[in-house]
Amino acid sequence: MSLRSKDLTGIKDLSAEEIGLILETAAGFKDVLGRDIKKVPALRGRTTVNLFYEPSTRTRTSFEVAAKRLSTDVINIAISTSSVVKGETLLDTAKTVLALGADIIVIRHNCSGTPHFLAKNINASVVNAGDGTNEHPTQALLDLFTINERKGRIKDLDIAIVGDILHSRVAKSDIYALTKLGAKIRLIGPPALVPDCLKDLGVKVYTDINAGLDGADVIMMLRIQLERQGKGYFPSTHEYFRNWGLTAARVARAKEDAIIMHPGPMNRGIEIASEVADSSRSVILDQVTNGIAVRMAVLYLVSGVQG
Amino acid sequence: MKIFIKNGRLVDPSQKIDDICDILIEDGTIKEIQIPRARGKGQGAKEKKEHELSGVDEVIDAGGMLVLPGLVDMHVHLREPGFEYKETIKTGTEAAVRGGITSVCCMPNTNPVNDNAGITEFIIKKAAQEGSCSVFPVGAITKGQKGEELAELGMMFDAGCVAFSDDGRPVMDSLVMRRALEYSRIRKALIISHAEDLSLSAGGVMNEGLLSVTLGLTGIPSQAEEVMIARDIALAELTHGRLHIAHVSTKGAVELVRLAKKRGIADITAETCPHYFSITEDAVEGYNTNAKVNPPLRRREDLEAIKAGLNDDTIDVIATDHAPHHRDEKLGEFDLAPSGISGFETSIGLSMKLVDAGVLTLDRLIKKMAVTPSRIVGIGKGTLKQGADADLVILDTRAEYSVSGARFRSKGKNTPFEGWKLKARPVATIAMGRVYKWE
Amino acid sequence: MSKELLDKTDIDRIITRMAHEIIERNRGISSLCLVGIQRGGVHIARRISSKLKEIEGREMPVGTLDIALYRDDINVRKEQPVVRRTQVPCEMNGIIVVLVDDVLFTGRSIRAAMDAIMDLGRPSAIQLAVLVDRGHRELPIKADFVGKNIPTSMDETVTVQLTEDGTKDSVELE
Repeated sequence: MSLRSKDLTGIKDLSAEEIGLILETAAGFKDVLGRDIKKVPALRGRTTVNLFYEPSTRTRTSFEVAAKRLSTDVINIAISTSSVVKGETLLDTAKTVLALGADIIVIRHNCSGTPHFLAKNINASVVNAGDGTNEHPTQALLDLFTINERKGRIKDLDIAIVGDILHSRVAKSDIYALTKLGAKIRLIGPPALVPDCLKDLGVKVYTDINAGLDGADVIMMLRIQLERQGKGYFPSTHEYFRNWGLTAARVARAKEDAIIMHPGPMNRGIEIASEVADSSRSVILDQVTNGIAVRMAVLYLVSGVQG
Repeated sequence: MKIFIKNGRLVDPSQKIDDICDILIEDGTIKEIQIPRARGKGQGAKEKKEHELSGVDEVIDAGGMLVLPGLVDMHVHLREPGFEYKETIKTGTEAAVRGGITSVCCMPNTNPVNDNAGITEFIIKKAAQEGSCSVFPVGAITKGQKGEELAELGMMFDAGCVAFSDDGRPVMDSLVMRRALEYSRIRKALIISHAEDLSLSAGGVMNEGLLSVTLGLTGIPSQAEEVMIARDIALAELTHGRLHIAHVSTKGAVELVRLAKKRGIADITAETCPHYFSITEDAVEGYNTNAKVNPPLRRREDLEAIKAGLNDDTIDVIATDHAPHHRDEKLGEFDLAPSGISGFETSIGLSMKLVDAGVLTLDRLIKKMAVTPSRIVGIGKGTLKQGADADLVILDTRAEYSVSGARFRSKGKNTPFEGWKLKARPVATIAMGRVYKWE
Repeated sequence: MSKELLDKTDIDRIITRMAHEIIERNRGISSLCLVGIQRGGVHIARRISSKLKEIEGREMPVGTLDIALYRDDINVRKEQPVVRRTQVPCEMNGIIVVLVDDVLFTGRSIRAAMDAIMDLGRPSAIQLAVLVDRGHRELPIKADFVGKNIPTSMDETVTVQLTEDGTKDSVELE
């Protein structure tokens, strides 16, 4: 079995079977990461370009490590926002990168739909590392991998996602992926950030965090992204923490063996209390490790479709 | 120059004609219309033949086709002066006649803005020299379209502006809009409102709803349009000015206009565009920048409400809001692409579907696309009675053709209707005394 | 059109003999690790392991090795090889690895397997046990323990079926 497309633009375009393939392949790669020699020659001779229009250390590094573990050559290009405004169009940049020999372009951009545009217009594989407020598919995949690792399944789990859903590409990818695999989702947050129309996706919507966390198997916290928001979604970060911050008391509403997740980086004291972030229920660091295995799987599988 | 058009089915609502007719045009005006069945056989027919031969420069056989008064498009963007890379008066009017449009009202969001008599005169002069059809400028309501100070409406009107609008932008300040509606009364001039509350639409690039959330694009709620329409209707009531609502796109907007007309509180007219009764926000799927337009494409229920509004005359006019853009501008990030659809060359084809679907009769369609817009801006077109300007279009509705942006005469190839099968195709357009023909 | 070359009894006898050969060659099994190549070699490795336990009375660890990431034909194949688990429960350095596969053909899988083993550690020796050697080597690779030599032509196929996969035990030539 293989992926249907040479690109990974979003979870919306993946079938449940393809998601399963990526997770299984990631398990194989996690074995590799456990060895002394954490490298395999599978993509030797290929070139991966990380084209990041938004600053990022974690995701970019994770992709870089994953690409190197597969023996590809890695080029990192960080585009400052000023040069976007000044000059080269996205397509021209992508074509230049292609001419340099890129087989895979990993792109992060602040405009939704950018990976889809590139995928249509260039021959290399395009992997979405986060586009605007649309999707962050590899994050969702590593979240699924982590949940599956801890809970043994995805189907019928009660999963609560807390925070700014509207602007969170991580949350959206998670919602699509988890619903495709049969989980039950609750979204919790301030009314303007958790729009009602999301109910049409088959999820429950809560503004009361206590009700939303009741009996949950998994709690996923989102970062409050002050840089992405407009105005007035909620009055202050203090008010936010009071209403939607994850405290030990609120965690107690969930199941006893519930796990706590966060895509990072955390704003301690704004969306998550410090002691909760450091508790034994937190799988936040596992998410980071699994991220490399999942990204290796993605890079390996999209290369296989190039043919 | 004498032109003879024979055997076509003439549909002219202004004369209540819907019949096979022969039309004689001389020096750019309608000389005579003959309805063969109205004359006696034999003798009359012979007479006609002789008449036909004497000094006619061009004979057009419109057998099996429609002959309509040339369409009047009261909302277009010709981009000149300042944005000639997107379109010029020359290329825009060429595209217009290709679409059977013989009069256009061009919006002032050029560079420099048409906010004074000098720019108005430039446009009129350029159009006379290079245009393929009649061009009637719409002047800006405020200086620079900044929404702060009224432009010199009187002088602009005298220079040839037929209406005023800050289109592209709304007039956000209610006091300024009030003054515009009041002052325009000195010439009984039309104020065209681009209804958009910028504080509600800020950053939006498509209709707000589940689709915008799942595409990760900032949405523009219907209420951004409706809030302004409600305001403008109230101001029209206060001031007794003449108000025309541009590009109506939502169900709520149609309801507001319907109610205002029913209450008879003000002189209000409204227009919509072919895309609002042809496609919905679904056209944006896949981040299709050719479906990015302002106001945005809405939901199915809005589309149906627009059709109902056309059917019960809540909406008086169909205009294109022709908005050409350069190919490079629409090739890239959805957020950064400019809004607009190049509409001249698909307008009549899409609008004719309303007739096929029974939403409008042909007669009423022509009223909305020619007679009424001409009346609202007072340009005396939209009719083919004797002595009128010979602005007409010969339309073949028999065969289907496929929309191809690459073949547009307009510089703007930005259409979301690529590949659509349409039926009404202009075969010849007569405007400014010239005949334009295409295969 | 297929011909059964080995049946259940044949396979059983072959595995018994190979187990004895492995013990003889290595003078016991104390420093050995059996590693089955995914997927065909895994069940055979486990059967050999059981036999060795019967004979020597000791547990013989069995690992599984996925070679997908080391193949030399990744760019050439129509379908990308599926990545499977690699779990080797022995300390790799200084032991003797006995690689096990079902059919030895061109030798390229074994080359990939050796590269994979080398990335796991530094065994003191690598030996190769195969159920069937069908000839046509493209690389200088030789099996140390062979169940059966079956000369074939290039367009023939050798299929090994085992009860662990839900079928009966047999080796067929088509």
